[in-house]
Amino acid sequence: MANHSASHPAHVQHHFVDSDQQFESAKMGMWVFLVNEILFFGGLFCAYIVFRAWYPELFTQAALELNKLWGGVNTIVLIGSSLTVAMAIRSAQKNQIKGLRINLLITIALACVFMVIKYFEYEHKLHLGIAPGSFWNPTPEILEELSHPKANIFFGIYYMMTGVHGLHVLVGIGLMIWLYIRAGKGHFSSEYYTPVEITGLYWHLVDLIWIFLFPLLYLIE
Amino acid sequence: MAAAQSKNMTTLQVKRFKPSENPTNTYLTDEKGVWAWMTTVDHKKIGLMYLVAVAFFFALAGFLAIALRTELWTPAKTFIEADTYNQLFTLHGAMMVFFVLVPSIPAALGNFVLPMQLGAKDVAFPRLNLASFYIYVIGAVFTFISLANNGFDTGWTFYTPYSSDTNSLGVIWVTLGVFILGFSSILTGTNFITTIHKLRAPGITWDKLPLNIWALYATSVIQVLATPVLAITILLLSMENILDIGIFDPAKGGDPVLYQHFFWFYSHPAVYIMIVPGFGIISEVITTFSKKHIFGYWAIALSSLAIAFIGFLVWGHHMFTSGQSAVATTVFSFLTFLVGIPTGIKILNWVATLYKGSIEMKTPMLYVFIFLFLFTIGGFTGIMLGALSVDIHLHDTYYVVAHFHYVMMGGTLMALLAGLHYWWPKMTGKMYNETLGKISAVLIFIGFNMTFLPQFVMGAQGMPRRYYNYIDQFQPFHQTSTIGSYILGAAFLIILYYLVRSLFGGEKASANPWNSRGLEWQATSPPDFHNFDHTPVVINGPYDYHKPMEEFQLGLAVEHNGHGHGEHHEVKTDQTEKA
Ligand code: HEM
Ligand SMILES: [Cu+2]
Repeated sequence: MANHSASHPAHVQHHFVDSDQQFESAKMGMWVFLVNEILFFGGLFCAYIVFRAWYPELFTQAALELNKLWGGVNTIVLIGSSLTVAMAIRSAQKNQIKGLRINLLITIALACVFMVIKYFEYEHKLHLGIAPGSFWNPTPEILEELSHPKANIFFGIYYMMTGVHGLHVLVGIGLMIWLYIRAGKGHFSSEYYTPVEITGLYWHLVDLIWIFLFPLLYLIE
Repeated sequence: MAAAQSKNMTTLQVKRFKPSENPTNTYLTDEKGVWAWMTTVDHKKIGLMYLVAVAFFFALAGFLAIALRTELWTPAKTFIEADTYNQLFTLHGAMMVFFVLVPSIPAALGNFVLPMQLGAKDVAFPRLNLASFYIYVIGAVFTFISLANNGFDTGWTFYTPYSSDTNSLGVIWVTLGVFILGFSSILTGTNFITTIHKLRAPGITWDKLPLNIWALYATSVIQVLATPVLAITILLLSMENILDIGIFDPAKGGDPVLYQHFFWFYSHPAVYIMIVPGFGIISEVITTFSKKHIFGYWAIALSSLAIAFIGFLVWGHHMFTSGQSAVATTVFSFLTFLVGIPTGIKILNWVATLYKGSIEMKTPMLYVFIFLFLFTIGGFTGIMLGALSVDIHLHDTYYVVAHFHYVMMGGTLMALLAGLHYWWPKMTGKMYNETLGKISAVLIFIGFNMTFLPQFVMGAQGMPRRYYNYIDQFQPFHQTSTIGSYILGAAFLIILYYLVRSLFGGEKASANPWNSRGLEWQATSPPDFHNFDHTPVVINGPYDYHKPMEEFQLGLAVEHNGHGHGEHHEVKTDQTEKA
């Protein structure tokens, strides 16, 4: 079996029989991983549900501090990036490497826009003293609006949810830069674009989670 | 099967490949040097690396156990302070659960045999497999850093407010360590599920999967579904300590019972992450040493999945006394009883497999018998704890301690020992000393029961768990238990001795010393780097002991991608389904 790999195409790892098997495996692995991610965020959603059931008035009051406009813009940005990542996969399937790279670049740019907006949102809140846990120190005006004694818990949950989600966006950006570089080196073609496909799957999930986070945190009244 | 169903049928040219008894090139000789080992993506080597790491933690945590038992020799202080005692039992429990039992069977033995039983060259994602090992190591490093920072004395369950009020630096490090460790478990699970679905050799349909694979499959499903919930729980707990966000800690406005729900939503399924792979080993060993087809193949295969499923619905039985609503406790109690059914189904099927078998009492089989005996006691006492009124009395007593040691040590660890002895010749190419093997198995049985049987009695009489002092009335029980633990310790040292010795002076193992029909035994001992030097083809079930050995040694006569292996082409046709 020593020189078995002789007849394998270069991208097929030694332990796979053929390219199809490798592609199917990678895709399945990513789906299993996404199930994982859903349960991971599921814990946060569960904490959200429990505290919201206990303190409904807290949630409606605290949500007013979140900026619906910028949250909405971010939602559109992320949905747009899901579209461009799908187009990137399409380009790869059609062997249009230039299109693949352009679409990846747009996706990366949109993801960065999301993070920048998120940064300014955080920045603004921290400035007002709406900070997590022991850093909680709101200005007197804010305290008037946020009279609920457990207001800090809402923001504890807010920072955990958006923070963990933000980390996922950063990971996504890293992955897509890596794809962009590999695409430049000519690693992908219509024969082999598995990493593009499974990163796309990941990116859709990151987007989907935000689509749940946005109404649950920003739009409750 | 009729040729009419041609859709799923392919005709393959196969020939017999008899494993060589004198392999020249094995996975152990293939690449050499420390660096080659550390960067290997070979599932067999990664399995061995896990085995060594798990053995190391087992020795460490076992040593702590001996210290704990020694401290309990007298009702008051024997040789360590109460604070130290709290830290030691916490460390013992956390290490045994997270560093030993959870990875032991899947990541060590499972990694080694799973691809071989599927006739694959490796797991689906070999690099992730290596990554999972290093993530495990990093998790371990975090735990040691915690020890250097006051350690932690919260109990292995990290309940708030213990874990949010005391020693928070040590707790932060260890919880982050457990968080990291979780990813190694998740990666193993993801890898196994994909491998089982996509990398089966020609002919291995779902009804020809070894039961070990079914068990690892069920385990992987639990790992993938439950571990992320532990991860987020532990992450929230760390943030609770680092930032004071107040989700679980009552002092900060959080809810400690919520923590318990989160924790047990993982940790009850996790007890099945520990035991279900053990079930897989039992099925393999019991058929091999009874030379008989397994009784109730589907019952055993599907009951693993049933346990995985029901296991997700019973977490509340750890919280009967925590202030859960009465309705919830009743429902959880009822569901807990349900878990007993698939578990009982397994035990009965194994016993039925023994019936009229030609039983060969080798060391692995001895451990299977010990398992059947001890695990049944553990399971029954679990059912008793699931009964509401009984549990109010027994909760947080030594009865619970005895229960989980009967299932975890009497169950998982005995299965692990059975598997370790069973696959030792395959892994190392050497035979261990059978006499010493049997002597230590018997010693373990005696030592185990001496250690834990008295704990049922004193627990029922009211001895609380995790106490440093106790009233005089319990001293005889504690002392018996302590002596038992010394016997256990001695037995493990004997095992260590003869296993290590076998590596150097052991008799050479043949390819299939137990005459098993399992696919992993049709490779050389130790196996080739690619497991088989051909693509195996399977036409029989893994337990078809009534069929001749030749029928289990088939492989593709012409390689899938072109180059044949020449020689005589014994042509056979066969029904195969592509995964
Ligand atoms: C028939 C199956 C089982 C049933 C019905 C069962 C039931 C229970 C119940 C009701 C408790 C809670 C007792 C209390 O705290 O008052 C418990 C505790 C425990 N069980 Fe089981 N059990 C079963 C099998 C297992 C298995 C297979 C394992 C592990 C391999 C296991 C490990 C544990 C552990 C570690 C605890 C104690 C947790 C702690 O508080 O530290 N159990 N079991
Ligand atoms: Cu449980």
